[in-house]
Amino acid sequence: MRRRDGEIEFDALQFRGRARFLAAALTVVSLVLVGRAVQLQVLDREFIERQADKRHARTAPIIAHRGAIQDRFGEPLAASSPVESVWVNPPEFAEAGEGIPKLARALGINRQWLEQRVTSNLDREFLYVERHVDPVRKEAVRKLTLPGVYFQREYKRFYPNAEVTGHLLGFTSLDEEGQEGLELAFDRTLKGVNGEKRVLQDGRGRVIQNVEVVQAPSQGQDLVTSIDLRVQYLAYRELKAAMRQHRARAGTVIVLDVATGEVLAMVNQPAFNPNDRGQYEVARYRNRAVTDIFEPGSSIKPFVVAAALASGRYRANTTIDATPFRVGTLTVRDKHDLGTIDVGQVLARSSNVGMAKIALSLDRSHIHSTLRALGFGEVTASGFPGESAGLLTGAGTWRPVNVATISYGYGLSVTPLQLAQAYATIGAFGVHRPVTFRRVDGPVAGERVLPASVARDLIGLLEEAVTPAGTGSKAAVAGYRVAGKTGTAWKAVSGGYSTDRYLSVFAGVVPATAPRLAVVVMVDEPQGSLYYGGDVAAPVFSAVTSGALRLMTVAPDDLARVTPLAAAEEGL
Amino acid sequence: MIYGELGASHTRRTVTGMARLLKALRLDGMLLSGLAAVSLFGLFVLFSAAGDNTALWFSQLARIGIGFALMVVLAQVPDHFLRMFAPAAYAAGLVLLAAVAVAGDIGKGAQRWLDLGVIRFQPAEILKLAVPMICAWYLHQRPLPPALRDVVVVLLVIVVPVGLIAEQPDLGTALLVAAAGIIVLVLAGLPWTWVFGGAAVFGAAVPVIWHFLHDYQRQRVLTLLDPESDALGAGYHIIQSQIAIGSGGVFGKGWMNGSQAQLEFLPERSTDFIFAVIGEELGLLGLVALLAGYLFIVGRGVYMSLQCRDAYARLLAGSIALTFFVYACVNAGMVMGLLPVVGVPLPLVSYGGTSFVTLMAGFGILMSLHSSRKLVG
Repeated sequence: MRRRDGEIEFDALQFRGRARFLAAALTVVSLVLVGRAVQLQVLDREFIERQADKRHARTAPIIAHRGAIQDRFGEPLAASSPVESVWVNPPEFAEAGEGIPKLARALGINRQWLEQRVTSNLDREFLYVERHVDPVRKEAVRKLTLPGVYFQREYKRFYPNAEVTGHLLGFTSLDEEGQEGLELAFDRTLKGVNGEKRVLQDGRGRVIQNVEVVQAPSQGQDLVTSIDLRVQYLAYRELKAAMRQHRARAGTVIVLDVATGEVLAMVNQPAFNPNDRGQYEVARYRNRAVTDIFEPGSSIKPFVVAAALASGRYRANTTIDATPFRVGTLTVRDKHDLGTIDVGQVLARSSNVGMAKIALSLDRSHIHSTLRALGFGEVTASGFPGESAGLLTGAGTWRPVNVATISYGYGLSVTPLQLAQAYATIGAFGVHRPVTFRRVDGPVAGERVLPASVARDLIGLLEEAVTPAGTGSKAAVAGYRVAGKTGTAWKAVSGGYSTDRYLSVFAGVVPATAPRLAVVVMVDEPQGSLYYGGDVAAPVFSAVTSGALRLMTVAPDDLARVTPLAAAEEGL
Repeated sequence: MIYGELGASHTRRTVTGMARLLKALRLDGMLLSGLAAVSLFGLFVLFSAAGDNTALWFSQLARIGIGFALMVVLAQVPDHFLRMFAPAAYAAGLVLLAAVAVAGDIGKGAQRWLDLGVIRFQPAEILKLAVPMICAWYLHQRPLPPALRDVVVVLLVIVVPVGLIAEQPDLGTALLVAAAGIIVLVLAGLPWTWVFGGAAVFGAAVPVIWHFLHDYQRQRVLTLLDPESDALGAGYHIIQSQIAIGSGGVFGKGWMNGSQAQLEFLPERSTDFIFAVIGEELGLLGLVALLAGYLFIVGRGVYMSLQCRDAYARLLAGSIALTFFVYACVNAGMVMGLLPVVGVPLPLVSYGGTSFVTLMAGFGILMSLHSSRKLVG
């Protein structure tokens, strides 16, 4: 040691000062720290607490349960069942490394696709990987216990009757919003209103705790439809069989309740399964019964006859000369020259000449107003999405040739539902009731559009069309009297009418003495030797109607014709 | 012993017995109490911050045991041995730092760890003690206040390890090591004009330093100035910790009840940001109590350094005590948004073994230096 004692003493004094100075400086610094703490914890506290709340608490929706759709007896047509959807927190999931191939295998999805999806969304915290996963795959994913993979409870719409009610019900989106059909038409009823809850979340956005319900959800209501599922199945089965048999392009069957205007059944072909939306084909998804319009051909004739009867100038037995004649440039003729026939024969044998003669003798506007009153040319009250209004031009534009062709169903377009509605009006003895897809309890007040006597006479005439001598003989139903009309319309193609593409129609009401059902069967472009409405559509009408009447336990009104069967049964 | 024989209370006898034991072990009772109090406080807070991870808590408990044991051991080492040991410790620290640069493990993006098979540790921790030791060792054999030449030598001795540590990069530790050395210089009587002149030069050099900073370090400084500019990125730590502290209020949300901490909003909540957990759960009172504990430890440490018998002991003891407080202030300042985010743990409280053990080693040395004073008289 080179230093002397005096120096050490000096150092000690010096050191004392320095140490005290530094200690004081650090004390001042610590006071600054305390000051900062006071600023944060006392002065800015309220602001900061709000900031904290913003991060910890958020409102989350409480998903309202979508109401079920039922048939008129409570059978389920559409129901929501809980399913799990798989989502990932991309950064958390990607960090774990080998999770992507495992998850892809468990879900049965493409590995590259998943990898690409995850890596391109690393800035997000929520990413759906697969929605509406079935329980088996969900369990497989859960067992992997991969970090960053989560499940979300959702609801999936299920349609137990699949194709049978496909067009009618439509479907919902993945988020359960009505997209088509009744799901869309009654979306507001079914959907309900989502509620809100305040939840506490953690730093990764996971809900830790439900704090309070801010707004309770108002659950969606069940929709009780007018559909009778048994009749719906029957109509579906018969139409599909006919489609196969005649190799037809498309087809529709509608069954209406005459007394209430309810739609008891509505089916189309080709059909689709709303549970499997893999192959979306617009043509299959259309509910042709309300969206498609066609020229009705002979099936319109009863309504022109109704106008004639209502005019007071015609009665059922009024005779008409049905020999071919010219209107403007058009020669109106039937398949055979029918000579002089009465109004009943005009309908039973479906005479175009007779119809044209009758129509030309009437006031054009009277025909028009009758057709309008029966619901042609405007959308029905059904509320079905995408419904067409058909086409019925104003009477002022009708030249004689138009009057002639309209009388036998060309030059105007209708939807199958409009046609069914008009037949239901006849069946209700002239009372028009709005078409509805909801079950109606109790009697429905309608609007009288035809005198009851006219409707009764017309039903009598339409019964003749179904007798063995009429065009619609194959529409007969054992035990019940049927009133109906065939139609075999040439399809309009560009530049005129096709001679080998037909629309086969049968429309009618049963039982004729006190009609309960109005049924329309339409088969589009049947192939093969049979194409008349009486050969293609009438048998379907017969099968559907006879089944429906028995299912609905409608009393037979034609016991004479069941007697042989009853006798045979007794004989057993 | 007259009072004792006349029937002094049993308690009094126990106290004097304890004092004798402490004296025999060359420990300072007041400093030891302060350290124990803050360590227990830290364990208490860590239990909440660790959440479900009880293994972490027990691991910290074990490290505290090791730390206190090391302190007791080092307190037994005679001060002249510590003095002789200084150059060796410094040299060993430098070698290990170089070894890290060549063969170190990378943890969290920085190369700081040296794996010796049995233990992994950060050689930078050694320098936290070795730098003030070598500075004090060098200066104690020179006339004080130090001449310009000596100041330059000491600065060089400081700059070399600090530069190596900053390269790792570990700016926080580098700054603390530098602070430990500079405190020795200031205690040694560095003229005030030089101190403030140096500070001014440093201020002027900020743009140059800025140039040498890593991008993430620049980002941290920018974030300090405006955390909201990148609330989910660089500003995330700062915003979350300020919210945690602020929402605690005066009395706090209660132990284990801090939503920021318990809901995993607060990052690094058991290590560098544990100060925010205290602020949230124990409130202003908790923070002030902790700072008071630190002040007590520093005050006692400085008082002890004043009683040391020679310049080496005084300089080293003073530096150890004051540097300890610098740690606390840097961490608290960072967590409360007054300083940029640098990785400095909260002394005696943050989870992390090396830091705790190093601190306790320092206090062991401090006690040794203090106890040695009477041997020569």
